[in-house]
Amino acid sequence: MSEAGNAQRAATIAVLVENEAGVLARVIGLFSGRGYNIDSLTVAPVDETGRISRITVVTSGTEMVIEQIKAQLDRLVPVHKVSDLTLEGPHLVRELALIKVVGRGEERVEALRLADAFRARVVDATTESFVFEMTGAAEKIDAFCALMRPIGLAEVSRTGAVAIARGPRGLT
Amino acid sequence: MSAAMKPASTEAALTMSGAEVVLRALKDNGVEVIFGYPGGAVLPIYDAIFQQNAIRHILVRHEQAAVHAAEGYARSTGKVGCVLVTSGPGATNAVTGLVDALLDSIPIVCLTGQVPTHLIGNDAFQEADTTGITRPATKHNYLVKKSEDLARVVHEAFYVAKSGRPGPVVIDLPKDILINKAPYTDAPKTEHRSYRPQTEPDAEQIHKAVALLKAAKKPVIYSGGGVINAGPEASRLLNDFVHMTGFPVTNTLMGLGAFPAEDPLFLGMLGMHGTYEANLAMHGCDVMLNIGARFDDRVTGRLNAFSPDSKKIHADIDPSSINKNVPVDVPIVGDAGRVLAALIAAWKADGEAQDKPALAAWWRQIDEWRAKDCLRYRQEGKIIKPQHAVKRLYEITKELGRETFITTEVGQHQMWAAQYFGFQKPNRWMTSGGLGTMGYGLPSAMGVQIAHPDALVIDIAGEASILMNIQEMGTLAQYRLPVKVFILNNEYMGMVRQWQELLHGGRYSESYSAALPDFVKLAESFHAKGIRVTDAADLDAGIREMLAHPGPVIADIAVAKDENCFPMIPSGAAHNEMILGPDQEGGVAGVTDEGKVLV
Ligand SMILES: Cc1cc2nc3c(=O)[nH]c(=O)nc-3n(C[C@H](O)[C@H](O)[C@H](O)COP(=O)(O)OP(=O)(O)OC[C@H]3O[C@@H](n4cnc5c(N)ncnc54)[C@H](O)[C@@H]3O)c2cc1C
Ligand SMILES: Cc1ncc(C[n+]2csc(CCOP(=O)(O)OP(=O)(O)O)c2C)c(N)n1
Ligand SMILES: [Mg+2]
Repeated sequence: MSEAGNAQRAATIAVLVENEAGVLARVIGLFSGRGYNIDSLTVAPVDETGRISRITVVTSGTEMVIEQIKAQLDRLVPVHKVSDLTLEGPHLVRELALIKVVGRGEERVEALRLADAFRARVVDATTESFVFEMTGAAEKIDAFCALMRPIGLAEVSRTGAVAIARGPRGLT
Repeated sequence: MSAAMKPASTEAALTMSGAEVVLRALKDNGVEVIFGYPGGAVLPIYDAIFQQNAIRHILVRHEQAAVHAAEGYARSTGKVGCVLVTSGPGATNAVTGLVDALLDSIPIVCLTGQVPTHLIGNDAFQEADTTGITRPATKHNYLVKKSEDLARVVHEAFYVAKSGRPGPVVIDLPKDILINKAPYTDAPKTEHRSYRPQTEPDAEQIHKAVALLKAAKKPVIYSGGGVINAGPEASRLLNDFVHMTGFPVTNTLMGLGAFPAEDPLFLGMLGMHGTYEANLAMHGCDVMLNIGARFDDRVTGRLNAFSPDSKKIHADIDPSSINKNVPVDVPIVGDAGRVLAALIAAWKADGEAQDKPALAAWWRQIDEWRAKDCLRYRQEGKIIKPQHAVKRLYEITKELGRETFITTEVGQHQMWAAQYFGFQKPNRWMTSGGLGTMGYGLPSAMGVQIAHPDALVIDIAGEASILMNIQEMGTLAQYRLPVKVFILNNEYMGMVRQWQELLHGGRYSESYSAALPDFVKLAESFHAKGIRVTDAADLDAGIREMLAHPGPVIADIAVAKDENCFPMIPSGAAHNEMILGPDQEGGVAGVTDEGKVLV
């Protein structure tokens, strides 16, 4: 494997960690301290006892750097498992966004029409605003936000990516 | 964990304060000595220490020194070193020591005091965010917020410090947790929930490695600190494997002692100040076996010119060390001792013959490189060459035949110690390799001497470095530790001066050691013996006087002021672009602009 090359790739990495104080700081500190990219990072407890959290990190780098990132994550004491979903095969990536659009008259109609096309749900409405909820790939949310901008996009809140492998294969 | 301790009953446990639980857990983890410094936040632990005899406390004079002492203790015994410091400034003073232990993979458990839990976050007196500050300075750290977690956390800290790739662990202890009653629990017998490093190598990878090694025409074994970390048995196995194969072997700075320096199969240290033969063997080899070394930049030189034509096998207990700097062909994850045992077994089982004629030709080539005699120097006249001072120190201690441990500070003297002091056994050589911490050597020697009271412990020092933890002379006096400080006094931060000479046009900006103390008087003021030697004719007598003295000594050896440390691979250069000394022929390679930005 002498010439791994300088080609960059994106990687969606799932990390199962012990849900203890400071664990997120360790992961984030590792990325900043070693100069790795974080394109997105999400975290939440995922087991019934709340002891295990799942972190999804989207990052990019050369193959050697991505291998390093995984090895560095794996040697953190509270880390149970590191999985490179991008490398391991088909997987789903989703993000949730809450998108506030402010406007009156024609623009409101246009906003609703576009929301319908993107399958965004209205979760809050006033006479001068909507909050849309949408899930999907990051690009879909980007595209929706871009269309809303001239109409009156006021505020966006996004979760960052969560991901899971397709099929019966599990992480634990 | 000491087998003598039986499980504590819960009733008995509930009568203990948190501080007592901490001490009990330390004892159960085999701690005999703590290096520490008191303060308000840790007074409950000091109170508990006062009321027991199982654990000895060594009062240092600065918390950084406590960590280095624990490192010396750990590196010379293979045990975990233990440190106790107070909150705030106590903890921040320890940080340099922690990073030092992190980079050199030394197992340390450091207890830090903390303000009581209800004051955390309030900018209370002597509060520092110790877990925040030490997160990137440790292998792992803990803040204990509940009394019932206390015993478990201490046990876990020892497990983490010593398993896999060893390193420093901090336990931050709020004062109320130390005072309140806490239950004691024994170390769990079950596996750790998440941290379970792989020690046993994969058989398939071992076979691939043996196949490559058997077919090698120009092999080299490059071993590092990981072999020392793996315990003395690993060094013995390395010896067996090298002799079984007849392969040349070189050690990193951190690996010195894993293979006997005087064995003809040893090429000496490699890297920036390594030998000509070791570096050229690395450059020209066709198969490289790296065992427990991490392809550090001090070793590889310019990466894109590093050992360009070799297949590389890398065995390391930490998967993140593999393919970090140098892509390898056969990665092996495992403990160096287990890997060597597996390689030996597989080598014996393998039916293939070695290419003996090729190996003989390779040795002839190596012997040609050796004939350069790259460590030759000329000792003429009165002025003492620093190399000569180390060489004589080595020869005289060898004559004496006492168990000898060497520590160093950081700089040229450190490199000369590595080049001219021959180590025959592991765990006899303590140096700050990764962080390069000036001020490491004296406290480290202190820790070594505590662990080996009857041994000869020498800190080979520079006059600048020694001043960085000179206050520890007080600790030597208090505990009657007969450490010898052997200063190669060139009146310069020699390593800095050398770089300025070679890379910055001889502009010696701020590298002169002005206003030095009188080291003889300084020694005397700390109740030690002071010796000064200025003439080469008196060197041996000075060394003998130092070694014969039963107490601590500072020997201030005035050496040539402008001596450079060679060979040298300048930053950004390749192994085959090494600069040799004035006593060897060989051109001075220029330093490229790219090289200049490197350290
Ligand atoms: C002024 C100065 C000059 C220097 N010049 C040189 C030089 O010329 N040459 C040189 O070699 N160094 C030099 N150094 C030191 C250098 O900076 C590094 O510290 C050193 O090269 C690293 O040694 P190592 O590769 O053996 O790794 P270490 O830092 O000792 O790391 C050990 C490796 O082994 C692994 N390991 C740990 N335990 C085990 C185990 N049980 N089994 C298997 N693997 C294990 C670890 O994961 C790690 O990868 C210099 C330092 C200074 C301050
Ligand atoms: C704490 C610290 N500060 C600065 C340095 C940079 N440095 C490396 S070697 C050196 C000079 C050491 O001088 P001395 O102890 O006299 O040793 P010599 O090189 O002269 O043998 C310096 C300043 C360092 N390694 N550590
Ligand atoms: Mg000096």
